[in-house]
Amino acid sequence: MAARRRLGTTELVYIALLGVVVVGGILVALQGRNLFSTANTVDMLGRSSLLGMVALGQTLVILCRSLDLSVGYVVALSTLVAATTMDGDPARVPLGIAVTLLVAGAIGLANGLIISVLKVNPFITTLGMGLIIKGYLDTQFKGPAGAVPEGFRQFGYSRIGFVPLSAAVMLAMAVAGILYLRKSRTGFHMYAVGGSADVARMSGIRTGRVMVTAHVICAMTAGVAGLLLAARFGTGNALVYDDGYELDSIAAVVLGGTFLMGGRGGVAGTLGGVLILAELDTVFNILGVDAFFKDVLRGVIIIAAVAIYARRRLDVRASRRRFDGDGGAGGGSPPDPPPNRDGPVSTEQGGAR
Amino acid sequence: MTLTKPGQAAGASVRTRLADVAGRLFGGGSPTVFALLVVVFVVIFVMNPSFAEPPSMMAFLKKAAPLVILAVGQYFVIVCGELDLSVGSLVGAQVVIAAALIDGEESRTVPVLFVMLAFGILVGLVNGLITTLLKVHSLITTLGMMLVLYGAIRLWTGGAPTGALSEAFRQPGRGGIDMPVVRQLPWSLVILFAVVVAAVVLMRGSYGRTLIATGDNEKTAMFSGARVWQVRTSAFVLSSVMASLAGVLIGGFAGVTAQVGQGLEFTAITAVVLGGVVLGGGRGTVVAAMAGALTIEALFTLFNQMALPSTIRPAVQGVIIIAAVAYAARERARPGPHTQTPPAPPEQNPDRDPAVT
Amino acid sequence: MRKTRVLLAAAATAALTLAACTTDEPTETAPEDDAPAEEGQEEEPEDSDDGDDPADDGESADEGDGEWFVRADYERQLEQRDIEPEGPADQPWLQAIDPEWVDTAEHAQDENRTLCFSNASVSNPWRVTGWITMQQQVDVYTDSGEIDDFRVSDAADDDNQQISDIQAFIDSGDCGALIVSPSTTATLTPAVEAACDSGIPVIVFDRGVNTDCMVTFIHPIGGYAYGADGAEFLAENLEPGSSVLALRILPGVDVLEHRWAAAQQIFADSDLEILGNEFTDGDGAQIKDIVTQYLQRGDVDGIWMDAGDGAVAAVEAFEDTGNDYPVMMGEDELSFMRKWEETGMTAIAPVYSNFQWRTPIEAAVNIWNGEEVPAEWVLPQEPITDADRGDFLERNDEMPSLHYAKFGGEDLPGYPEAWQDR
Repeated sequence: MAARRRLGTTELVYIALLGVVVVGGILVALQGRNLFSTANTVDMLGRSSLLGMVALGQTLVILCRSLDLSVGYVVALSTLVAATTMDGDPARVPLGIAVTLLVAGAIGLANGLIISVLKVNPFITTLGMGLIIKGYLDTQFKGPAGAVPEGFRQFGYSRIGFVPLSAAVMLAMAVAGILYLRKSRTGFHMYAVGGSADVARMSGIRTGRVMVTAHVICAMTAGVAGLLLAARFGTGNALVYDDGYELDSIAAVVLGGTFLMGGRGGVAGTLGGVLILAELDTVFNILGVDAFFKDVLRGVIIIAAVAIYARRRLDVRASRRRFDGDGGAGGGSPPDPPPNRDGPVSTEQGGAR
Repeated sequence: MTLTKPGQAAGASVRTRLADVAGRLFGGGSPTVFALLVVVFVVIFVMNPSFAEPPSMMAFLKKAAPLVILAVGQYFVIVCGELDLSVGSLVGAQVVIAAALIDGEESRTVPVLFVMLAFGILVGLVNGLITTLLKVHSLITTLGMMLVLYGAIRLWTGGAPTGALSEAFRQPGRGGIDMPVVRQLPWSLVILFAVVVAAVVLMRGSYGRTLIATGDNEKTAMFSGARVWQVRTSAFVLSSVMASLAGVLIGGFAGVTAQVGQGLEFTAITAVVLGGVVLGGGRGTVVAAMAGALTIEALFTLFNQMALPSTIRPAVQGVIIIAAVAYAARERARPGPHTQTPPAPPEQNPDRDPAVT
Repeated sequence: MRKTRVLLAAAATAALTLAACTTDEPTETAPEDDAPAEEGQEEEPEDSDDGDDPADDGESADEGDGEWFVRADYERQLEQRDIEPEGPADQPWLQAIDPEWVDTAEHAQDENRTLCFSNASVSNPWRVTGWITMQQQVDVYTDSGEIDDFRVSDAADDDNQQISDIQAFIDSGDCGALIVSPSTTATLTPAVEAACDSGIPVIVFDRGVNTDCMVTFIHPIGGYAYGADGAEFLAENLEPGSSVLALRILPGVDVLEHRWAAAQQIFADSDLEILGNEFTDGDGAQIKDIVTQYLQRGDVDGIWMDAGDGAVAAVEAFEDTGNDYPVMMGEDELSFMRKWEETGMTAIAPVYSNFQWRTPIEAAVNIWNGEEVPAEWVLPQEPITDADRGDFLERNDEMPSLHYAKFGGEDLPGYPEAWQDR
């Protein structure tokens, strides 16, 4: 029962995506242009990749009922670590990737440990971590630095058919994320920890370890996003942290139907949320909508979407409160977890290959 | 998600009560902030004795007043279990609205102040009603509001503020009463004092108790007759009104710039949390929240006195905040009789705490 | 951690299998000599400045405080201040300093006169003012039929979004010419190169990019000249041994760093004492607070600012603490200009010529008409001094605060309403 309800939320996200595509397509067609042209599809997918990567990681953290406000700074740091490590030398690309992911992972580890061991609120932990990284970046790098070799720039610029390589990587990460949450023990435990840390703990889950894992993965996906930006920029740039990826990614996650209080939702929904935002960006761009109007509309859409999800949850709750109680904790180890069965993602993926 | 399982709620309330008693005995984190405040001030005085002179202190308090007022507003929201991310945008919006509507005409000052008050109340009402009636988590509601305000104001003004504030509008934030010793008693300090008194009185009264009870455990609060949605909505309105007041002071202090208000929401939340108020609600005093705001402002001053390179300051600030909150969390955890159960925040109100281990 | 391996594997596999795939990125990024971009080449090792400056090699890019200082550029800009520009004196946006005219016959055409513009943002008053001027200029040409359509995307200061915006313009195939106002010099370079490779004429203005593939790069003299104008004024008008406080917006932006780098050069040769350089985000409240704190600790005789935003707040700090007015460096923003006149303090308003927003439109039309344009279109950039302050204030009497005196749109049809009710 519970599974069917949650499936509903993800479905709703994709129905909304479909709605945006249809309405957007009509509006664009009214201007005598075609939203579904290769150029516009490439544009939409390209716009989705960066936010998609960050939001994937954010999903895991939010599932554990935490959040990560440092991702924007991790992205910025990662562009610089990648670009300065590679330093224009193609032979150093693997090293650059490895170092970037290690550094990002280390930040996630620090976040996770501060939250789970020192018991500092995630909001404050990651806000503080963001400030620490900002201080380091501003002091250490007085502007763009490093160089990304030609070959690695392809990560940001080449495409397979109509799917930009970056979007293909993002989609592959999304599939990995879905499988991880569904098939792995830790992934399933994330739902339990988010549902109720107490119940999870009592049923023998090492909540701290799960929390740390989620934060490490989150920071590493931000690291991948940083690699992508470095590839697109051809260099590293600290000021990326002003672009607001932390709040954007949280918005995308909740727009994708993941419950901010943890325990419910999943990567497939987030992907839908990211695609909705990217499609909106593309449509607005074609229509020449004022950038500030986009902000207003984004704010309204996010609130409205969450209000709708909340309403559905309440309706279901009214009739089935009992099932909700031990949603995560009931099912022991071989998890047959709740999150969404997602048609749309696999087709997207099919397109990517 | 406001319904809690009865069994769990009962368990939670027992634990909460225990934690609450313990919290009261050991100060619930507040001592940390007062200690930190004293330390920071002592260091500043040692480095620069002239800072202790009354005029310097007045200048410091004048600058700090808006953040303290924002922290008071944010306290109301946090203590009843919510968050308000829209205050920074609201401060910016109010200053821009004031400049655009007044446009340098002295006579428009008072009417525009009323418009601002009305706008502030409206924003608070919308935040509160969406959060309580539509059951949208306040982090999302106010994040959305932040985007809407940011975009709408710039859409209206074409991107950058326009117009000018009147001299009368600037008085509360800039002027003061000339007097001996302190040279000038800033109006903003007088206003701040009034806000502090009002907030303390409010929190001691039945409204304050209901507010804390709501954040502590909304089930119990509901059973004891509180209209939870009304209480929470009123907290959002108070927060927005405080943000509007802060906007008047900030606009008065420094005039209109395009960046006004940016990032203040995080500074205000940090201040409140630094004051030992627990995100998730139910704990902490408004005085400690104000002390948190003063501590942050004092830190900024200290950095300046130390001539610390501007670029490294955010990092130092980040370390201090995490360390202080971690220390306060240890303090809270210590008296707990059962090592199995971690400190209060997670259990208190599982559905509302935005940030829990 | 399993995830990590999956990611690594995915990234590696993807990178390996894609050698033969299509690409949007220009394949040729060999160093190009004589890059006209006057700003920021130094951090990109592949590019050489004028091919002659060793300090510019980028190896030292991330250390040392000389990072942003390229002596050749600095000296060139200081010289350019004294060169009489070519072109009509009453239309400074058409003037050019030392132009090297290039033939644009290959781009001459009438069929597709859709002008595309990728804007970094309109997030500050300077950009808002310029953006209005640009739209007004476009209206003139739309009415005369020289431009059919004007498409804009605004990246809201997000480099990555601007790269996508530029790609979208290229992929759409609709643009007859592309104007780019880059949000960051180094990071937009690959995208601009890709735009050039697509064959449409590209016009870059304001901040530069590290390539010379565009048809023309339009900018006022530059950041060094701006910073030097103010610093020289302070050095001349202050007694030796006086103290100066430097207020800066944020680190790491080339146009701003050049201003400060030039000021440091000049201050180093003077007897002024630099009390500190503080980042303020351009926020009036922070500026006022910082200046107040410096005043509590001692005298401040002069203020150097890398942009005029919040200059009035800095002046007020002196008023409110009962100190004498400093020797002040502001900008040609009207609230500062008015404060300056009102108080009669010793000040200068360096100008980062706002009228440059008209020039790209003119350039696009020139290019379509096959007329020559300068490869590097250096516009005049002259500070406003005590002598012409009154004149500019009078001309802009009707204009709101946060408007820029040298916006250069007085002859456009929408004047003055368009700039008044923005």
